Amino acid sequence: MSSVRVLVGTRKGAFILSADGKRENWDVSGPHFGGWEIYHVKGSPADPQRLYASQTSSWFGQVVQRSNDGGQTWEPVGNKFEYAGVPGTHQWYDGTARPWEFKRVWHFEPSLNDPDTVYAGVEDAALFRTTDAGQNWEELSGLREHKTGSSWQPGAGGMCLHTILLDPKNAQRMFVAISAAGAFCSDDAGKTWKPINQGLRSEFIPDPTAEVGHCVHRIAMHPSRPDVLFMQKHWDVLRSDNAGEMWTEVSGNLPSDFGFPIDVHAHEPETIYVVPIKSDSEHFPPEGKLRVYRSRSGGHEWEALTNGLPQKDCYVNVLRDAMAVDSLDSCGVYFGTTGGQVYASSDAGDSWKPIVRDLPAVLSVEVQTLA
Amino acid sequence: MIRVVLPAHLRTLARISGELELSVDGKITQRSVVDALEQRFPTLRGTIRDHTTKKRRPYIRFFACEKDLSHDSLDAPLPESVASGTEPLLIVGAIAGG
Repeated sequence: MSSVRVLVGTRKGAFILSADGKRENWDVSGPHFGGWEIYHVKGSPADPQRLYASQTSSWFGQVVQRSNDGGQTWEPVGNKFEYAGVPGTHQWYDGTARPWEFKRVWHFEPSLNDPDTVYAGVEDAALFRTTDAGQNWEELSGLREHKTGSSWQPGAGGMCLHTILLDPKNAQRMFVAISAAGAFCSDDAGKTWKPINQGLRSEFIPDPTAEVGHCVHRIAMHPSRPDVLFMQKHWDVLRSDNAGEMWTEVSGNLPSDFGFPIDVHAHEPETIYVVPIKSDSEHFPPEGKLRVYRSRSGGHEWEALTNGLPQKDCYVNVLRDAMAVDSLDSCGVYFGTTGGQVYASSDAGDSWKPIVRDLPAVLSVEVQTLA
Repeated sequence: MIRVVLPAHLRTLARISGELELSVDGKITQRSVVDALEQRFPTLRGTIRDHTTKKRRPYIRFFACEKDLSHDSLDAPLPESVASGTEPLLIVGAIAGG
C-alpha cells in the first residue's frame, strides 16, 4: 500500500510525519536537530530514502544533513558554500553596494534522476550544486554574474534564492526565483541565465515593469507541462504559458492577491492553490479566516476551501516553501503555518485536518509519496 | 592536553558529551586550538569560524580564566593555565535570540 512522508522544517527543528495512503493516522518523528532552524528538507525523486536538510543558526552558521534511510539517521555533509571568483556587490536595502555574503541555504532541489546531485538556493542569492551527495558544493555562478546582479536587492526576509524548478522534459532547462530580483530561466543547465519577468508589475520599485527587482514569492509547475508556470508574487498571482516569456495576472476574485506559496494539483495541471494573506504589512489571513483558495481553471476563478480550517481569530502566516502536494490518486494537499500547525487534505482541498497543531513556526513542507 | 568546552549544539553536532580533551601541536593559540578541533571533528568546520576567512563567527566568543579573549589576536598565546590544561578554553554561544 502506498504511504506518504511529510517533511517539515521549523524554526526549532525538523519533523517527519508519516501515514499510510488513507492519510488518517499519523506518526510524528522529531524534533530532529532540535533548536536549529531547518529551512528545508527534501527527498530525492530518484531515491526516496535519500533526504537533504538545511540546518542553520545565527550562532553556528550552515550545516547540511543527509539521510540515507528516510530520515531515521542523519549525517552532516559538506557545508562550505563559497562564491566563485570575486563576488562583487549587490544593492542593500538603503541602495548602497554590499558585498555578496553567504548566509544560509533556503531550498534544496534534488536532481530528478541522480540522488547524489542536488541544487541549493542560498542567501545571498546564488545557486550551488553538489554532484557527490553533499560533500562538496560548487556555485553555478552564471546566475549571480548576470549583468543585472549588482542591482539585485533583498526583500524583507533577505536576498534569497528560494525556488528551483527542474524541467522534467528538458534536462538543460531550469527556473529559479529570487526575492527581490525576480524569476530567471536557464536553457543550458545553469551556465547562463535570462530574467523572465515580462508582464510583472510591481508598484514598489521605481519602474514597475523593470527587467528585474520584482519580489517573486514562489513559482510552481506541473511536471506534465513545464512550459506553464504559476507565480505568487509579493502582490498578484500570475501564470505564464510560454516558460516565463510573458506573464498574465490571474488573481481574479481572490480576497487578496498577496501571499507566499502556490502549488499545482498532482493530476490536474490547471488546478492550483494559494493562501491569500491580507497585505504586505499585515501578514495574516484576511478577516482572521484561514482559507486556501483553489482555481480549477488555472486562475481567474477561485473558490475558498474552508472545511476544517479555522474561520475566526486566526492570524498565522503560511510561508513560501510551506505547501506541497502528494501524488496519490486522490491528491493530498499539505501546508504548515507560522503558528505550528500542519494541515492536510486527502481530497484535493475539499476538507482539512491538522496533522499536528503545536510545532514551532513552520518554514517548509515537502511531501514524498512512497510506493 | 588542552581542555575545551563547546556549546551544547556543537557538542550534539560533534557527537560528544561534556568537556573535551584535545591534543594541540606547537604554540597554544586560538587558531591552533580551533585548527585541532576541526581536524578531529570535521563537522565543526564553518560553525565556529568562517571556512575561508577563519574569522570567528559573530555570536561565538572565547573565554578562559574569567577573561574574554575573543578580541585577542588569533595567534596570541592562550593563558598558561589553558596551555597546561589547568583551565578549559570556553567556546561560548552568545546569549541572544529565542
